[in-house]
Amino acid sequence: MLRFVVRRIGLMIPVLIGLSILLFVWIRALPGDPARALLGQRATPEAIERVSEVYGFNDPLLQQYFTYVGRLLQGDFGTSTRDGRGVVTTFVEQFPATVELSIAALLFAVILGIPLGYWAGRRTGGWIDNLVVSGSLLGVVTPVFFLAILLKLVFADWLGWLPTSRRQDARIDATHITNFYVLDGLLTREWDAMWDAVVHLVLPGIALGTIPLAIIVRITRASVAEVIGEDYVRTANSKGLNPSTVRNRHVLRNAMLPVMTTIGLQTGLLLSGAVLTETVFEFNGIGRYLYLSISQLDYPVLQGYILFIALIYSLVNLLVDVSYGLIDPRVRVS
Amino acid sequence: MTMPMDPLAPTLSSPAPGADDSNAPGTSLWLGAWRRLRRNPAAIIGGALILAFVLVAVFAPLIAQYPANSTQWSDEVSLTSVPGPREGNILGLDRYGSDLFSQLIYGARQSLIVGVVSTVLGLVFGATLGIIAGGLGSWADTIVMRIVDIMLSVPSLLLAVSIVAVLGQNRYAVMIAIAAAQIPIFARLLRGTMLSQSRSDYVLAATSLGLRRKSIVLGHVLPNSLGPTIVQATLNLSTAIIEVAALSFLGLGESDPAVAEWGRMLVAAQDRFDSSPQLALWPGFAIAVSALGFTLLGEALREALDPKGRR
Repeated sequence: MLRFVVRRIGLMIPVLIGLSILLFVWIRALPGDPARALLGQRATPEAIERVSEVYGFNDPLLQQYFTYVGRLLQGDFGTSTRDGRGVVTTFVEQFPATVELSIAALLFAVILGIPLGYWAGRRTGGWIDNLVVSGSLLGVVTPVFFLAILLKLVFADWLGWLPTSRRQDARIDATHITNFYVLDGLLTREWDAMWDAVVHLVLPGIALGTIPLAIIVRITRASVAEVIGEDYVRTANSKGLNPSTVRNRHVLRNAMLPVMTTIGLQTGLLLSGAVLTETVFEFNGIGRYLYLSISQLDYPVLQGYILFIALIYSLVNLLVDVSYGLIDPRVRVS
Repeated sequence: MTMPMDPLAPTLSSPAPGADDSNAPGTSLWLGAWRRLRRNPAAIIGGALILAFVLVAVFAPLIAQYPANSTQWSDEVSLTSVPGPREGNILGLDRYGSDLFSQLIYGARQSLIVGVVSTVLGLVFGATLGIIAGGLGSWADTIVMRIVDIMLSVPSLLLAVSIVAVLGQNRYAVMIAIAAAQIPIFARLLRGTMLSQSRSDYVLAATSLGLRRKSIVLGHVLPNSLGPTIVQATLNLSTAIIEVAALSFLGLGESDPAVAEWGRMLVAAQDRFDSSPQLALWPGFAIAVSALGFTLLGEALREALDPKGRR
């Protein structure tokens, strides 16, 4: 198992090196001077000269690359051209918000998706199945931002049931320890603050979780439909086992393997979707910050955040592979 | 194997007992798939939606009553009120004072062009990489797959964002950006199918007959591996249409104000949403319906091409 993990980590290294080369080339491929790209449009000639000196933009390319990687390894990802704050600082500050939102979205998708997929897959072709499959198709084709706007209009603006934006009501003076607002509420026992943070997660969570929900429903359905036709399920049923035992021990347990992988693979989708969802709900996570950085062409932030996101994405995929290796011994060998 | 390019699948040589005409020996994979597709209501609905979408896009100038972005009623639009359906404007006006219906019709054109061009670009480059990896194997495979891994390590929307940032905001940048996000998907898929096809008995047979590797790969393995790629291309058209709108939503789409674009219509509608929700509903609906057409057809195609589905 250890060898499998080590080999799997080894596969990540070329990806990260390749990505650092791509991002390095990217900043230099931007129209105009790279120093200007890093400083913003209002930079003075002196500042550009200074940054070119520090970053070594006048050095040979290969040397520039090593300077760049050296800075990355020291944790120096530059500062935002928009608000002058360190890229690492803002990322660490906002990342909990996005994680919280992603967890909310995944919970919504899993809690609803697995039972729906199970009901549909138990009898494919029935009316429940047709309804669930049609619904999941709708979920896949509705653009995330459109759904977000719709939810906001109906449940926040018209019905007034849920808040329209932000992570917490501005009037609540909550203490923040971890920046995971729900967790903070729990730790400080400020129940109002915690409940308010939960309520603020509902609409963005649904908007972000809908596509993962549709995907989880489909995978669960296909997987359950396949397992239910297996000989061991027929044997279990003909032995006269309790139907709920057959369902839990034989069908669900075996059908869940592909579903687990699928859940892990939703990370990329969640991180992309977060940019759109957080923008609509003015939810202050990395997605909204990225959106603001895109519109202002804040290159240090874009460069740093893309690298962080790719790193997180690779790490999550690594965890998925490793956990799959734990469950299914065949994966470790091949 | 009389014709080397005939995509007749040897997997068909053992039809299931009690099979209908589509499984008769000698029926090609594609002919059988076509017959199954014609009987599938999802495929028919999907096909009809796509046909309608394409016709609207092609004949936009004939269907729309007014040219795109002719802001001829701009003085009738205010922050709090945008005229709804009325005589002369079936769906009312948009927030800049153009005819909403005409804008929607011209938007189909933009979505179709950008969606098709980017998917074709992604398919061509992705398939080439896939053929190199799956056909040559060994070190070529390793290099190509590491490149694919790198491209897949960045979520597709962010990859598209980075590319538009370099190329500037225009239609071509959007096409290239969305194409780039599709390249690794096609490359990985085609490589995988080609590798599994390479282990088939017919490849062994062709090898023992003394055929050259190049003609086995291009004449037998590749044609037999195309099915999943075509399915993926159909599904990707749906994703591409949504992604065009998403890029516009992030302010990175088509920058020419004379072009009507659904994603941008949605963005523009946001600040009038309370008073005039129809401004966002129509373009959102248009994006979803056109994406639905390609998704339905793609799924039906997948079922039709799946040998397990032939019953």
